[in-house]
Amino acid sequence: MAMSQTPAGAPDSALEAARAEPLHPPMTGRQKILGVVAAVALVAYPFVFNAPFPQHVMIMIFLYGTMAQSWNIMAGYCGQISLGHAMFFGIGAYSSAFLFATYQISPWLGMLVGMILAMAAAAVVGLPTFRLRGHYFAIATLVIGESVQIVVQRWDFIGAASGIWLPIVRENQWANFQFHDSKIPYYFIALGFLAVACLAVRHMERSRLGFYFRAIREEPEAARSLGINITLYKSLAFMLSAALMAMAGTFYAQYVLVVDPEVVFPLTLSILVLLMAVMGGVGTLWGPLLGAAVLIPLSETTRILLGGTGGAVDLMIYGALIVMICLFKPEGLIGLVRHWLPSHAVKKEAGHGDA
Amino acid sequence: MTQEIIIQAIISGLLMGFVYALIAVGLSLIFGLMEIVNFAHGEFLMLSMYTAFWLWSLFGLDPLFALPLTAVMMFVLGIATHYGLIRHILHASMLVQICATFGLAIFLRASAQFLWTPDPRTILDPLVEGRLDIMGIFLGLPQIVASLGCLAAFALLYLFIARSDTGLALQATAQDRQAASLMGIPTDRMYALGWGIGSACVGIAGVLLATFRPTDPEVGALYALLAYVAVALGGFGSILGSLFAGLLIGQMEALGGWLIDPSYKYVVIFSLYLAVVSLRPQGLFGRF
Repeated sequence: MAMSQTPAGAPDSALEAARAEPLHPPMTGRQKILGVVAAVALVAYPFVFNAPFPQHVMIMIFLYGTMAQSWNIMAGYCGQISLGHAMFFGIGAYSSAFLFATYQISPWLGMLVGMILAMAAAAVVGLPTFRLRGHYFAIATLVIGESVQIVVQRWDFIGAASGIWLPIVRENQWANFQFHDSKIPYYFIALGFLAVACLAVRHMERSRLGFYFRAIREEPEAARSLGINITLYKSLAFMLSAALMAMAGTFYAQYVLVVDPEVVFPLTLSILVLLMAVMGGVGTLWGPLLGAAVLIPLSETTRILLGGTGGAVDLMIYGALIVMICLFKPEGLIGLVRHWLPSHAVKKEAGHGDA
Repeated sequence: MTQEIIIQAIISGLLMGFVYALIAVGLSLIFGLMEIVNFAHGEFLMLSMYTAFWLWSLFGLDPLFALPLTAVMMFVLGIATHYGLIRHILHASMLVQICATFGLAIFLRASAQFLWTPDPRTILDPLVEGRLDIMGIFLGLPQIVASLGCLAAFALLYLFIARSDTGLALQATAQDRQAASLMGIPTDRMYALGWGIGSACVGIAGVLLATFRPTDPEVGALYALLAYVAVALGGFGSILGSLFAGLLIGQMEALGGWLIDPSYKYVVIFSLYLAVVSLRPQGLFGRF
C-alpha cells in the first residue's frame, strides 16, 4: 500500500487525518439500516398512499431528481455550468414520441435512440464551446438551448409549435410504456431511472473518470499538464449527462403523452434543474435528490392550494429560497444534513468529544 | 422598392441597436467591476417598464417625465441589490453567484406576475406617438425618441467613466481591486455605485421601451438574452464593445429578419455569437 511508504518527517497528524477520512468510507451499520429502511419505504409508498396526488408528487421528485443528477455530472463534478440542459430533455422526449407516433416503435427503443441523439448533440455542442471559460460557456449553452427551441417551434416535420400527441394504446402497456389504470408502474419506472442516474454518478465518482472530472473542475491547467485530455473528458461528462437527461425526457413524454417545444425545451427547465442541484448541493451524490425532494412538493402543493399555476407563488418561494441558500448555505442543504447525520464513525466520535 | 426596405430595415435596426447597447452596457459595467453576471438584468428592465406604466396609469405622468424618477429608483434598487445580496457572494463560486442572481430574477418575475397578473399593459396615450415619413421610409417617433434617449444616456455614461474622477476610480477598481484599495479608493462603494449605474442604465432603457412596447412579467427575458449576447460579443467589461455589439445585434435582427425569416432572426444572432466566441473567446473588444 502507498500508505506504508511514509516519507520521513511527514507530520503524523496529517497522516492520521488522511487515514481517518478515507475518500469513500465503508458504510456504517447505522447507514446500512437507514438504507434498507429507505428502500422499503420507497417500495411501500405507492401502496400506502394510493391516491393519485401523492404518487404524482413522488414521480415528479424522481423525474426532477434524475435531471438534477444529470446536470450535476456536468456542473458539479466537471465544473462546466450548462444553462441549456433542457435541449437534451427535449431531444429525448421528441425522439421516442416521434418514433412511436409515426412508426409505432416502442418508446423503450425510442428512448435508446433519444439517448444516442442527445449524446451526439452534446458532442456537437461541445465542439465550439469547450474552449470557452466560465460565463462564456454558460451563455453559449444558454443561446444554443434557445436556438434549438426556436428551430423545433418551426419544424413542421415534428409538429412545429403544436408538438406531438402520442396515440393512446391500451394493450401491451409495458411494451408501449403507457399505463392508464394506475400510476404505480410510472412510479417504479421513475424510481428505476433515478436509481440508474444515481448509480452512474456513484460509479463515476469513484472511478478514474470522476477524478479526471474533478481535476478539470478544480485546476484545468494543472489537469492538462498532467496529460488529461480536457476536451475529451469534458465531452464524456457532457455526453453522459445528456444521455440521462434524454432518458428523463422519454419518461416525461410517456407520462403526459404529449410533447411540445414550450414544455420540453424551455430555458426555465434548464434553470429549474440547476437550482435544484445547487439547492441540494452540487458535486455530491445526494444533493440533487435533496433539492428535488424539497422543491417539487413545494411547487405541487402551492399549485393545489392556490389553484392553476399557483399565481406564481411557488416561483416566488423558489426564488427567495435559492437566494437564501446562496447567502447562508452556499454548499447546499446537504451541508445541514451532514451536520445532523455524521457520515462515519470517526466523525461521530469527534462529535461526541466536542459535546 | 427593395432599396427602401433595406434602408428601412437598417434604420430600424440602428434605432433598436442603441436601446440594446444601453441595456448591455449596464450589464457589462457590473461584470467589468466584479466578474458577476446579473441574470436579473431583464427583470430590472421589466420593473422599470412597470414603474413607467404605473406612474402613467395612476398619476397620468408621461414616461418621458417619469424618466428621471425611474432612473433614480432603479439606481437605488441596484445599490440595494449590492448591499443586500451581491456583497455577500463576492467570494463565492461562480455557480453560487449565477444562482443568486437567477434566484432574484425568478423572485422578481413571479412577484410581478402575482401582483400585476400576466396581462400585457400598454401606455395608451404617450406624449410622443405616430410616425415620420421620410421619402417612403416610416419611422416610429417613440422609437426615435427612445433611441436618442439611450444614445444620450450612453454618451453621458461614457464621459462619466472616461473623464470624471469617480469614473477613473471605477476603472481602477475594475482593473485591480487591491491596488485601487491601497490608493484609497473605497472599492466596496465603487461596486455599489457600479450596480447603481448599471441598473439606472437598464431603467432608462426600460422607460423608453415602455413608450412603444407593452409590458408583461416576461418582457425582460428576450432583452436580457440579447444583452448577454451583446456583452459576451463585445467583451465582458468593455463599454465601447457593448455599444458596437448592441448596434450589431440591432442590424442582425432587422436584416436577418428580412433576409432569412423573421422567426429565425434570433437564431442568426445566436449563431453569430457562437462564431465570434469560438474564434475569439474573449469577445470582440474583451481583454482576457
